[in-house]
Amino acid sequence: MKKIIIFSIFFVLIFTNANSVIKVDITRGNLDPLPMAVSPLYVDSASEKSSLFNIDNLGNDISKIIERNIKSTGLFNPLDKDAFVQKPDIAHLKPRFEDWRLIKAQALVTGKLLIKDNKLKVEFRLWDLTAAKEMLALSFTTTPANWRRVAHIISDKVYERLTGEGGYFDTRIIYVSETGPKDQRVKKLALMDQDGFNIKYLTLGNELVLTPRFNPANQLVTYMSYFKNLPRVYLLDIETGIQEIVGNFPGMTFAPRFSPDGKKIIMSFAKDGNSDIYSMDLETRVVEQITKHPSIDTSPSYSPDGKYIAFNSDRSGVQQIYIMRSDGSGVKRITHGSGLYGTPVWSPRGDLIAFTKVRKGRFYIGVMRSDGTGERLLTENFYQEAPSWSPNGRVLIFYRETKSDKTGKGFSAKLWSIDITGYNERRVKTETDASDPSWSSLLSK
Amino acid sequence: MRFNTALRNLLIVLFGAFVLSACSTTKKGDLTGDVYTGKETIEYLASGVPDRVFFATNKSSLTTAARDTLRKQATWLRKNKDLSVTLEGHADERGTREYNLALGERRANAAKDYLMTYGISGKRISVISYGKEKPVNPASNPLAWSQNRRSVTVKAN
Repeated sequence: MKKIIIFSIFFVLIFTNANSVIKVDITRGNLDPLPMAVSPLYVDSASEKSSLFNIDNLGNDISKIIERNIKSTGLFNPLDKDAFVQKPDIAHLKPRFEDWRLIKAQALVTGKLLIKDNKLKVEFRLWDLTAAKEMLALSFTTTPANWRRVAHIISDKVYERLTGEGGYFDTRIIYVSETGPKDQRVKKLALMDQDGFNIKYLTLGNELVLTPRFNPANQLVTYMSYFKNLPRVYLLDIETGIQEIVGNFPGMTFAPRFSPDGKKIIMSFAKDGNSDIYSMDLETRVVEQITKHPSIDTSPSYSPDGKYIAFNSDRSGVQQIYIMRSDGSGVKRITHGSGLYGTPVWSPRGDLIAFTKVRKGRFYIGVMRSDGTGERLLTENFYQEAPSWSPNGRVLIFYRETKSDKTGKGFSAKLWSIDITGYNERRVKTETDASDPSWSSLLSK
Repeated sequence: MRFNTALRNLLIVLFGAFVLSACSTTKKGDLTGDVYTGKETIEYLASGVPDRVFFATNKSSLTTAARDTLRKQATWLRKNKDLSVTLEGHADERGTREYNLALGERRANAAKDYLMTYGISGKRISVISYGKEKPVNPASNPLAWSQNRRSVTVKAN
């Protein structure tokens, strides 16, 4: 297993101007994305060469990643660089606002970078072109290997400044990579940056693996594995590669998730035809049974304050979503619409629960308030499930499977994302087929 | 003459279409409600002892046919006292993954319970669920889904 080192990044300078004009409203679908110019970052000529990239292109490459990120939100429209009117270094000092306004840009990102003593020093500014003001300036230092993260961090800061919401670009997705025919799938745990780069495979594919999920610090992953044909919940340390079975259960454990403080894993344990929800404290190893009902209780998810658990149960006869206090008391059914409801996942903001709904043979991803009211179905398809939230609670990632013919051909599993507005549905590109995505929290907080 | 040839060709085409539609009708006949009642995909543990039972959508109750199959398995297990078995529970692809894992476990246990009421010790039977992960028929249609909603008895030694 490859060792993945997460570098800490230190912010050294922040000065912002509070009185600016531009504000992007992200609470509804945006049909008029904000025109923006992302200037290539100026590379200081004193920079050292690196084997990791071509230093001459680095400023341009970083600006392209920023463009791709902000464009993917559907809120911004990055303008063609051919129309740019100023050299990167001069624009970064102070743009000629009227010239940039000519190409209809309303905001401008400029920056500068220097590699010295094997450190990458980055400085960038966000300009409000309409008000002719600097909105944000920031500089930070990291290792050159982190150059893609530099672009993601700048994207987050720009998004945060313009929308007033937290960003989600400096994040990773853990998922299950799938290859081979439908009835002989090979599945591996895989990790990638949010934009599909830096893919790392964490298992070899010798055993079936399912449903990986990050802990809040993004260093641990809990997932289900059929290692030695014993289906159990596992815990994997991404940095060391060390993995262990969670708990000592005499049967199948599955559907694991971390508690919001990262101290517990909540999961289902199946015995004698009955699945109930259990939690295990990772430090004390104390196991607690949370539901006790002769029905299938599974897919548990904590509320962000840790006080409640949402789960799905077929105790009414069909699969529906329930919430309860985290000790198992006060169980309350929250879905009453027609159809089946499953995979509830609490938004990191605490306001909404995302779910999968099955009705008349069609699959929907939707959101509702945590009391079950305000149900909104965002997307309908032949098969899709398992939504996971972006750290700012604005975007869901999920997987979708296609129909296969009599020989199994036509089958595929792909990752997709959609805004909770119901707009901006898009494919999340992966090297192989993919399922069970789980979004990390922001890597640099 | 030429007309006759054309007519004959047309009749052949029509006959072919009839045969095809007859086939698909037979396939539909392999379902009672939505439980598979045909013979495809079934293997035999011994002569006359089918290895699997089928379930309705989202259900784990045993049909009359399933109970009949399990009684044959129980008789076979009583005759072969040194054998132990694993019951592999499965679901179709039309449910959420985690619920399907639980459902496969419940189906395999329904079969296990029935074998036990016919005198087979629980110590000889282990259970594993594969949820929707191992379809026997990879197609996306009601017939394939009915064949995939199953509990399969496999020799474990």
